[in-house]
Amino acid sequence: MTGPIRSARGFWAGAAAAVLVAALLCFFVSYEYFFFAAYIVLLFVTLATAWNILGGYAGYVNFGTPAFFGVGSYTAVVLIQAAGAPLALQIVAGAVMAGLLGLFAGALTLRLRGIFFAIATVALIFILETVFINWRYVGGATGLQLLRPEPLPPFKSYTTMLFFVMALLAVGSVAVARYIEGSWIGRGLRALRDNEEAAEANGVPTLKLKLFACTVMGAIMGAAGAPMPMYLSFVEPASTFNLNYTIGALGGAIIGGTSHWSGPIIGAMLVGTLQQIITVTISGEVNVLVLGVLLVLFVIVAPDGIIGWFRRKR
Amino acid sequence: MSEPLLRVAGVSKHFGGFTALSDVNIDLAEGERFGLIGPNGSGKTTLINCISGALRNDGGSIRFRGEEISTLPAYQRTRRGIARSFQIPRPFHSMTVLENLLVPSAYVIHLKDEEGEVKAMEILRGMGLAERARSPANQLSQVELRKLELARAMAARPKLLISDEAMAGLAGAEVDEVLQILFKLNEQGITIIMIEHIMQAVMRFSQRVICLDAGKIICEGAPAQIVANPDVQKAYLGA
Repeated sequence: MTGPIRSARGFWAGAAAAVLVAALLCFFVSYEYFFFAAYIVLLFVTLATAWNILGGYAGYVNFGTPAFFGVGSYTAVVLIQAAGAPLALQIVAGAVMAGLLGLFAGALTLRLRGIFFAIATVALIFILETVFINWRYVGGATGLQLLRPEPLPPFKSYTTMLFFVMALLAVGSVAVARYIEGSWIGRGLRALRDNEEAAEANGVPTLKLKLFACTVMGAIMGAAGAPMPMYLSFVEPASTFNLNYTIGALGGAIIGGTSHWSGPIIGAMLVGTLQQIITVTISGEVNVLVLGVLLVLFVIVAPDGIIGWFRRKR
Repeated sequence: MSEPLLRVAGVSKHFGGFTALSDVNIDLAEGERFGLIGPNGSGKTTLINCISGALRNDGGSIRFRGEEISTLPAYQRTRRGIARSFQIPRPFHSMTVLENLLVPSAYVIHLKDEEGEVKAMEILRGMGLAERARSPANQLSQVELRKLELARAMAARPKLLISDEAMAGLAGAEVDEVLQILFKLNEQGITIIMIEHIMQAVMRFSQRVICLDAGKIICEGAPAQIVANPDVQKAYLGA
């Protein structure tokens, strides 16, 4: 009833195994490009999982993933510029700032329903992009070249280290999403997704729950965005506040299935891997097209995603 | 003299230039069976939306158990003991019947799931819905959906239950069934406001009836008085 993997022990064993596999890969794969590509796949697992907390559980479709992601990235850049802050601090600060953005933007927009909320989140991207285009300290429109420090031991390269960090973030975000889904908060979010007025009449503080979901979503997206400038050794507004993140997060969740925490993992893994393969073998433009076609196909053929499709088959 | 369970005093509500309610006054005693009637668009649902918190009244005061509640959000009013069913059933369609009841039991009564399930099953048995407990809510029939609305409202353990046309569109025997459920709840000490178009049901159920027309109370009294009242007849028949 609650999905393929039920017991808590099974989940944590799986999570530990995932971290272990990531660690082993760091030491046994010497092909640097693997980490460069796998980082992006894990990034999309994290973003899709975060997106699903508000979009899947509460039914509020957020197109503003790049806004939260970008605030995480630029918080990191400010800290690097100002104090040469270490990566861990960048991630924590990115999560805090993007979480606050989620809280404030949510307070302004979460009273809007359906399409109006979705439009407001798009506006958020453009507002923030404009702000950072005009802020010289973090590079303005032309961007900023960043120097990577030495990786911490035992990692042999900075990219390998970032890969492992992103693996931790992905596992952590899934654990958070799973906790929310199984708790009374998750039940309240589902109730308000099904019918907001009925939820309120049954004691569910709908606005508070939505704000909570939006804050957690923002914080995870911000944490995921913080290492990006170091990953690219570069930051600029156009690629940071890019709509590809919107599509990636939303697409991963919808293709995998929004009703269970494993959906965004499956969807983002599948789409992310496919995109990396297409980018390398065909081109970066074609991969956007493929994602678009996949999304349309899934919405028509399997609106409940891969998970929903398998559940129906059983 | 102690204050009534619910006191609606001078309540008004406007939508733009349209006056949906003006100067509505109602006192409700604990344990009362109260009927609210009126033609379509007379403001019945607006009034109970103001009481339950789905809408805010523009003027006047609403006091529940001695406390002013007209500025509280809806979920706070539910937690204070006002539950409602919806005219058009609004089940949580992605959940089972039982899970529907677990929402108020978690958010209003703060029960753990195991406890909540026991209590919910008791309520479902009382309503004749027990064998549907594990069914998805979107597979229920019309009469089952009406019962689910009432059952879910009951899971919040209300002191006041507002039943908004719980019988609309039901057949004769089904009307009786829902009516029996409401009588039973009232015997347990729950005050009930019944909004209904099925006149026979309202008149059988209510100890006291108020008739609204164009947002104003035009008549108040025992069912027999209401039926005989010329203003009520005029409001309904337009004669």
